[in-house]
Amino acid sequence: MSQEFFAKLTQSLVDGDPDATFEYTKGALAAGIEPMEIIKKGLIPGMNIVGDKFSSGEYFLPDLIIAADGMQKAMVLLEPELLKRNQAVESAGTVILGTVKGDIHEIGKSLVGTMLSANGFKVHDLGVDVAIETFIQKATEIKPDIIGLSALLTTTMVNQREVIKALANAGLRNKIKVMVGGAPVTRSWAEEIGADGYAEDAMGAVQIARQLVSK
Amino acid sequence: MPNKIRSVHDPRISLNILSKEDIEKIHTATLDIIESVGVRFPSHKALDILEANHAVVDREKMIAKIPGEVIEEALSKAPPNYTLAALEPALDLPLDGTYSHLGTDGCGVEILDAFTGERRRTTKQDVSDVARVADYLDEIAFHWVPISAQDCPPYSRSLHELEAIWKVSKKHLQTESIINENEMQTAIEMAVAIAGGKDALRQRPILSVMQCTTSPLSHDGGSLEAGLVAAEAGLPIGYMTMASCATTGPVTLAGNLVVGNAEVISALALMEMAYPGCPVYYAAAQTAADLRTGAYTGGGPEDFLFGAATNRLADFYNVPLSMGAFATGAKEPGWQSAVENSLSAFMAVSTLSDMLLGAGLLHGSRILSYEMLMLDAEIWSILCATFEGIIVDEENLALDVIRSVGPGGNFLAQKHTKKHMNERWLPRYMDRRPYNVWEQKKDGAREWALQDAQRILREYHPQALDEKLIAELDRIIKAHEDKFKP
Repeated sequence: MSQEFFAKLTQSLVDGDPDATFEYTKGALAAGIEPMEIIKKGLIPGMNIVGDKFSSGEYFLPDLIIAADGMQKAMVLLEPELLKRNQAVESAGTVILGTVKGDIHEIGKSLVGTMLSANGFKVHDLGVDVAIETFIQKATEIKPDIIGLSALLTTTMVNQREVIKALANAGLRNKIKVMVGGAPVTRSWAEEIGADGYAEDAMGAVQIARQLVSK
Repeated sequence: MPNKIRSVHDPRISLNILSKEDIEKIHTATLDIIESVGVRFPSHKALDILEANHAVVDREKMIAKIPGEVIEEALSKAPPNYTLAALEPALDLPLDGTYSHLGTDGCGVEILDAFTGERRRTTKQDVSDVARVADYLDEIAFHWVPISAQDCPPYSRSLHELEAIWKVSKKHLQTESIINENEMQTAIEMAVAIAGGKDALRQRPILSVMQCTTSPLSHDGGSLEAGLVAAEAGLPIGYMTMASCATTGPVTLAGNLVVGNAEVISALALMEMAYPGCPVYYAAAQTAADLRTGAYTGGGPEDFLFGAATNRLADFYNVPLSMGAFATGAKEPGWQSAVENSLSAFMAVSTLSDMLLGAGLLHGSRILSYEMLMLDAEIWSILCATFEGIIVDEENLALDVIRSVGPGGNFLAQKHTKKHMNERWLPRYMDRRPYNVWEQKKDGAREWALQDAQRILREYHPQALDEKLIAELDRIIKAHEDKFKP
């Protein structure tokens, strides 16, 4: 019975069918299977297969995003159950993400958020046009491992530097790693403003995030 | 300083890419989306105008649902033809549906230094240097701000970019880097100073303005408000969609055209509602996102198809088009850049896109390369020659010459040959030397292009403005900085 649910959950992620993932999760919970079992034996194996297929070039970005969506739908059901049992999924790290003040470009930042979540990070996405103070407030509140700052314009890119300065002023800089991204952002810019990491795409961002939390 | 522009004119080759029915389907679908889903206009000023024109406005979400007939009515007020003026009238660019003009690309953030080869962040001096080379090349008809003057303050950077270009070139300038009202106002003040008054600027707009949409189905508030300021002053204003298949637009090409079209025509309609009859243009640089990374690709068959298809849409709305072509995704000039830039430009010209962007940048419009700029100009010269097509008349059929040479002779010594030989295309950078000559140094296009660029940079120092005007531009920028310094 459990094995059948696990296989179906795994397959629903591999097939890219988030509604099925949601339904099987519901069914598995109703059948009395422990939420942590559902995650470890049903969902994570599915995400791993999707990840492997992406790495080998068989799957494309939409396959990854759709699988991550399925995972998220399942977690909506599973998280309250975990909470009841005083359990928590082991997180790869906590990340605050946002597009800096004056900039409303969303997709790159959101893609990074999805990919980080799919790879086990707990992501707090503050959205776009995020004020410097908002980053600081949130950082003070949840003490993330990483803050990710996105910018698409050369004129707003400078606010990445301002957030880093503000983190220093708030005494948070040495406790939090900062990564930056966006079309005009380059490695030399990242170095100049004292960011800890830079990547050109979402997959690169996941690698950098992993490195940063392992340091 | 140059006194002519090499544009494609009255081409004899054309491409049938979308039927009349196809265009109508795309148009109907677009109006359906604008009316039923709406487009986000994050500017109360814009929403006020749309609301006064019978749009249903959600102020909280800042989304306007605009009736189709309102869009059509507004677009019908746009002038079909106008001229992009240059500081030197011989360099004016007619947008009358018979020309394709090539501009530089923008807006890069890094440059490959012409003398050291180092890749570094761009400065105001670089903007000026690139503009000098672009001014020198007959193939470059107008300037975009090719790279960002990152050593200037963010709140006046776009003004420094304009000044850097105006100081060295009399060609038309189209800015794509002004995205708020106050900088637009100051840019107009600068243009007014050069043109010799507000009316003179309206009559001969030496500056045009390009704004980006925010796909899917959204605009940027600052871009809308800057556009309205430009439209009020009579500067040609265009909105560019860069909707990318699979990320910011549907994965299918027709669907992507619908999303991009909704963004562009909703913005152009807004301009016409606010200032009926103001010169507007369609702008687009749609692409397919890379399926493995989600990144903007800047090349590939989808781009080529969009390049050709979009002018059919612009023609349908009877406005000029500024089309993203060239702009290779390649990391250095080479095989990829040659394929992408040749095909994208060919396709865009095949439907007579009025303005083409843009020469000189690598890595999806991020890194300026002088080599690339020179090589792109050569691609353009190939296209100019190709689109001249084959003229079939008495002189060109050359029967008398064929008769006089007869079987087995050759045509080299014929007067007819001497008379017409300059019509044949000659390369600057194609290697047509004997093999053994090449073997000695094994050099080629890239080396020659770079040497030419270096020579231009060393020797060509055009002055487009007199000292008094330069001082006036400096004063205007200074006043702007004093006022808007945070």
